[in-house]
Amino acid sequence: MSEAKEEKIVFQRPKALCDVVTHYCPGCLHGVVHRVIAEVIDDLGIQEITVGIAPVGCSVLAYNYIATDFAEAAHGRAPAMATGMKRVHPELVVFTYQGDGDLAAIGTNELIHAATRGENITTIFINNAIYGMTGGQMAPTTLPGQVTTSTPRGRDTKLAGFPVRVCELVSTLEGSAYIVRRSAYNPSEIRKLKAAIKTAFQVQMAGLGYSLVEVVSNCPTNWGMTPLESLKWLQENMLAYYPLGDYKVKDSVKELMAKK
Amino acid sequence: MPRIVIDVERCKGCGLCTQVCPKGDLVQMSDEFNSKGYRPSKFVDPEKKCIGCAFCANMCPDVAITVYR
Repeated sequence: MSEAKEEKIVFQRPKALCDVVTHYCPGCLHGVVHRVIAEVIDDLGIQEITVGIAPVGCSVLAYNYIATDFAEAAHGRAPAMATGMKRVHPELVVFTYQGDGDLAAIGTNELIHAATRGENITTIFINNAIYGMTGGQMAPTTLPGQVTTSTPRGRDTKLAGFPVRVCELVSTLEGSAYIVRRSAYNPSEIRKLKAAIKTAFQVQMAGLGYSLVEVVSNCPTNWGMTPLESLKWLQENMLAYYPLGDYKVKDSVKELMAKK
Repeated sequence: MPRIVIDVERCKGCGLCTQVCPKGDLVQMSDEFNSKGYRPSKFVDPEKKCIGCAFCANMCPDVAITVYR
């Protein structure tokens, strides 16, 4: 049999992702989400006009990995910083990349007000139900009964209340246009995640309002599991409390999606 | 002939790529260490069963897999 057909590369590192080793733990889905964002930036051809806002948390060094302009916000203040940038430079595509400790704890106020003002920015929200960088303490998104270093007997809802469901919360605000929850635990979910991030960026570019894509993610290190066990735990426990789906797709966004 | 190339120095040995292959076990964990001390994954395809679907590459958080078809 002759090998006449020329070999083509069908999958490789996207241009908008720096060729460096990340500091993330083995099996952490941050790397997958970074890559998906970079792929979307490549697909839309917006690398030169995109500005990311990095949070405080594990993904604090996102500016070293995604090859667009980047700024580092004070803890939780990424949506406020993005608001300023977008209002001064409306031609830019501005996105914030935030974990659950940054967005759902110290930064809840900024998030809610950016959404209710209908700022034309995009938020990528990584929810892994724990504080990763600081050593696995309870986050606002920690599941009832979940063991963390600050809740060694499991989260007691009488003492610590209930987890925040960010998508459900933000979708009630009039200014939000596209609010969806996705995950990245298998290739099919990763494909859906990519489509959602692409739509979110397009919503922003069309000026339709605030867009947020939540990614139900993992933390093998602080959950105390192997990466493969963590994906199983994610599917069995996280998805029950944080169901995947579209929480708000405004009619104007539906029209935009129908046109694409 | 579809194939993948794993950058063993980039691989952190998390194993996410080993569970998604539709052809079974073409991507396996290696017995050897890389310079960081991780056991990287390896591509084992003596019967040329790889279809180049890139599922393994899609799962890789460290973008260590390149797929050729």
